[in-house]
Amino acid sequence: MIDVTNLKKSFHGVDVLKGIDVTIEKGDIVVVIGPSGSGKSTFLRCLNCMEDPTSGSIVFNGVDIADLKVDINVHRRHMGMVFQHFNLFNNKTVIENIMLAPVYVRCQELNRQRRRNLLTKVTNLFAKPERRGEPDKETIRAAKIREEARAQAMDLLKRIGLEDKANAYPSTLSGGQKQRVAIVRALAMNPDVILFDEPTSALDPEMVGEVLDLMKALAGEGMTMVIVTHEMGFAREVANRVLFMDDGRILESAPPDEFFANPKHERTREFLSKVL
Amino acid sequence: MNGGGWIEFFAGFGKKWDKFVDVFLQRGGYVKVLEGLQNTLLIAVCGLLIGIAIGTLIATVRVVPKYKRLPRVLNGICSFYVGLFRGTPMVVQLLVSYYVLLPLFGVRMTGVQVSVMVFGLNSGAYISEIMRSGIQSVDPGQLEAGRAVGLGFAPAMLKIVIPQAVKNILPTLGNEFIALIKETSVVSFVGAADLYVAFSYIGSNSYEFMVPYLVMAAIYIVLVMLISMLIKIMERSLKKSDRRN
Repeated sequence: MIDVTNLKKSFHGVDVLKGIDVTIEKGDIVVVIGPSGSGKSTFLRCLNCMEDPTSGSIVFNGVDIADLKVDINVHRRHMGMVFQHFNLFNNKTVIENIMLAPVYVRCQELNRQRRRNLLTKVTNLFAKPERRGEPDKETIRAAKIREEARAQAMDLLKRIGLEDKANAYPSTLSGGQKQRVAIVRALAMNPDVILFDEPTSALDPEMVGEVLDLMKALAGEGMTMVIVTHEMGFAREVANRVLFMDDGRILESAPPDEFFANPKHERTREFLSKVL
Repeated sequence: MNGGGWIEFFAGFGKKWDKFVDVFLQRGGYVKVLEGLQNTLLIAVCGLLIGIAIGTLIATVRVVPKYKRLPRVLNGICSFYVGLFRGTPMVVQLLVSYYVLLPLFGVRMTGVQVSVMVFGLNSGAYISEIMRSGIQSVDPGQLEAGRAVGLGFAPAMLKIVIPQAVKNILPTLGNEFIALIKETSVVSFVGAADLYVAFSYIGSNSYEFMVPYLVMAAIYIVLVMLISMLIKIMERSLKKSDRRN
């Protein structure tokens, strides 16, 4: 589903990614680990072009999204992202956070359709009768879109047990609650893949569990996930592939059992001996 | 000043006050003061409104990403503009506009009109910086999260970043307004009749300047205090929406 070939990224002349090749299939749960500064967050952020790659290609659902001519917004709607610091919209309530993107996208389509219809009607005034176009039927109204999005958001909130917080502002939630809302915000767009950028690193130890449980549940439903994390236990339990990155390269890529039991690369052994 | 000076001051104050009241009430002083007050407020308010319009434009240019050539050129122009207006005193800008630019282009404008224009252009430079820093002080993660769910740069800014930036910008904008009100005291340089002109008139007609200038100071203080009160109320209502449960 995502095909990364020779991905390179440099910031002001400093090479952070030095050529990444990886393929992520549908249903894969890929965990990326490595020492800090190894480029794992940059790699993840390149996957949805949060950072524009310096060179290389990222083919997502058949389209090279590393190409700057591609409308990246369309493709990002199919790639959820969860941040270390949650990044919930502070000026919106919890339910508005979840509804925002679905409502925006569908209203944008509606407006586009309306503009098209207006154009057809205007051209009809001047065209010969036999060449007149028929305006599309407007099947849905903006209020209806909001209503549906709200119902969907409410279902998602029920799933994480936060339906009573629907109208609260993010500033009143705990870290774990914020991150779970951030995850369902990504889910609201029905993405093909969700990218997690150290989702538990900014949490109190007590709250790590609730977030990991939600991620495990998603994994169980067959969601494709790419996860940058320091939670080795979680990696071992949930991942079906572990990538070890160091110095801008992927040194090792293996199923978790093999990866943790007998790492092939010297650097991997050294890293694992420190963190396990 | 020795002790005698103080006593003289207070002993003579009653008489001076009477002179002031005489000119103020009997000889048309209050008309001048009201006119001056009107001009002062007109220049400050119009200047602020024009400044907000210009500032919004410049701030927009300054925060959009600069991959392409056009934004980069516009950005250069805007930073030149801001540098020009922040690098020269308001008085100089007024004098140059009135005595150099107007004759140069053959435009006829009254002192008040020139003042409104210069105050607008000048505050536009300052307000653009207020807005830019207000926008940039919003956590960049907010824009990122907006982009990550598939919003373009403009909708993400409009729906997520700007509403949060307004909370940072509004109080500072109030301070800019206060600064503008106080700075109107220099518009007499180009012949606009503001509060200073009005009270000088009273002073020269009663041969006594102490009381008129004290009253002028009091009027400025009252104006500024009223505005800061409004700002405080505004700030409080903004904070309230922050904590809603």
